[in-house]
Amino acid sequence: MKKILKYVIVDIIQNKIVLIYTFLLLLISLSVFNLESNAAKGLLSLLNIILILVPLISIIFSTIYIYNSSEFIELLVSQPVKRKSIWLSLFGGLAASLSLAFFIGAGIPILMYHGDATGITMILTGLFLTVIFVSIAMLAASITRDKAKGIGLSILLWLYFSLIFDALVLFFLFQFQDYPLESAMVFFSFLNPIDLGRVQILLQMDISALMGYTGAIFREFFGNQVGVALSFFGLSIWIAIPLFISLKKFSRKDL
Amino acid sequence: MIVTKNITKTFGKLKALNDISVSFNKGECIALLGPNGCGKTTLIKSILGMVVPDKGSIEFNGRSINREWLYRSQVGYMPQIGRYPENMTIANVIEMMKDFRKDSKVHLDEDLIQSFDLGALMNKKMHTLSGGTRQKVSACLAFLFNPDVLILDEPTAGLDPVSSEKLKDKIILEKEKGKLILITSHVLSELDDLITEVFYMQDGRLMFYKKLSELKADTGEEKLSKAIAKIMVA
Repeated sequence: MKKILKYVIVDIIQNKIVLIYTFLLLLISLSVFNLESNAAKGLLSLLNIILILVPLISIIFSTIYIYNSSEFIELLVSQPVKRKSIWLSLFGGLAASLSLAFFIGAGIPILMYHGDATGITMILTGLFLTVIFVSIAMLAASITRDKAKGIGLSILLWLYFSLIFDALVLFFLFQFQDYPLESAMVFFSFLNPIDLGRVQILLQMDISALMGYTGAIFREFFGNQVGVALSFFGLSIWIAIPLFISLKKFSRKDL
Repeated sequence: MIVTKNITKTFGKLKALNDISVSFNKGECIALLGPNGCGKTTLIKSILGMVVPDKGSIEFNGRSINREWLYRSQVGYMPQIGRYPENMTIANVIEMMKDFRKDSKVHLDEDLIQSFDLGALMNKKMHTLSGGTRQKVSACLAFLFNPDVLILDEPTAGLDPVSSEKLKDKIILEKEKGKLILITSHVLSELDDLITEVFYMQDGRLMFYKKLSELKADTGEEKLSKAIAKIMVA
C-alpha cells in the first residue's frame, strides 16, 4: 500500500499540473486579500472563488488521472498486490497532493490575513471539498470504461453540485412557498457538499442575517457545536460513500 | 496446481467462457489453442484474477483465488499487449516491479534482459519503444522473479526470429525445471518442441484437453499444425 502510494505521489508531482494549480490558488488568494481593504471582505470573495474552483479542479484532474493510470492499474493487477490497495493508493495520492496544493495555495494566505476561527473553518471546508470531489471522481471513473464518458460525467456532476442543485432548490422553494420549508432546507443542504460548506462559512462570518429567516434556522441548527460537528460529519459521509461504492465496483471490474 | 471448476463468463451477449473445468499440473507445458475470440485470453485473465468469472471457482494450490492476491507472487504473466506507464523508462518499470515483489526473496532471473540486450535501452521511455521491444520487456518481467507458473499470451508475436528463438530456448529451459507453463499462440509450428499438452477451445467451450502424443496418435499426423487443421476441418 505504502509503496504504491509512493509511486502515485511521485507521478503526480512529476505531472506539474498540481504545481500550477498551487501557484494559481496562491496568486488568486494573495491578489484578493491585497485588493480588498478589509480582510473579511477578501475572505468572502475568496470563498466564492474556492467554492467554484476547488471542486472543478479536483474532480476533473482526478478523473483524467485515473483514466490515464489505466496502464499502471493493469500492470499492478496481475502482480501480487491487493486490488483494494491499488484503488485506495490512487485515492490517497490524489487526495494528499491536491489537499497539499490547496493548503499551500489558499490555506497559508488565509492564515496570514485572516487566521481566526472563520479562516480555519474555511481551510477545513476547502480541504474537505478537495477530498470529496476526488472521491466523486473515483466513482465517476469506476462507472464507465470510456474515458470521454467518464470525464463528461465528472463535468456534469460538478455542474450539478455547483449550479443545477441550487436551481432545483430555488424552484422547489417557489413551488411550495406557502409551506414552512425551513427544516427541509437544512435537510437539502446535506445533499450537496458545496452548499454544506458554504452555509457553514457564512454562518461563521456572522452574515447569516443576509439569508433571511432560513438563515436564522440554519443559525439555530449549525450555529452551536452540535451543528458544526454534524455538518463535518455530513462532509465525511460525502467522502466515504462515493469512495466505498467505487471500491466495490473496482474490486469486481474486468481488466 | 491450477484447477478451474465450471467457470462461466459473459460479456454482454457473448459467452467468453462456457462451463470450463480443467486442471493444470506442475511440469506440464500446455498450449491453449483455438480460433480468435474463443476465450483463451479470458481464461488466462480469470486465472490471474484480472477478470472475475460470473460462475464457478478457480483454485491455486488447493486454495480459492477469490479475493486472494498473494498467489500471484508465484505467477509470471506476459500479456498479449503489454501496457506500461508511458512516461516511465524500462529501468523504472523493472525497478518498480522488483520493489513490489522483492519480499518474495527469490533469486532474480535476469537471463532474458541480457540475451535481449535490453541493458542498452534501459533509459528509454516506454512510449518510445517499438512493439517488439515492448514484448521483450514483458517477457523479461514474466521470467524475472523465477515463478512456479508462467502464463504467456502470444509470447512471440512481434518478435524478430532471433529473439523469438531466444525466448523459446528460455521457455524450454524453464519447462525442464518442472514449472507449469501456459502458452497461447497462433504460430503452431513453433509449439511442436515446446509443449506437452494441448487445450483446445471453441466459442468459449473446452473441445478437448489431451497430451500432444495422444493427439498425434489420434489424428495420425506428425506435426501439431497438421493435427489441429484436421480437427478444425472435421
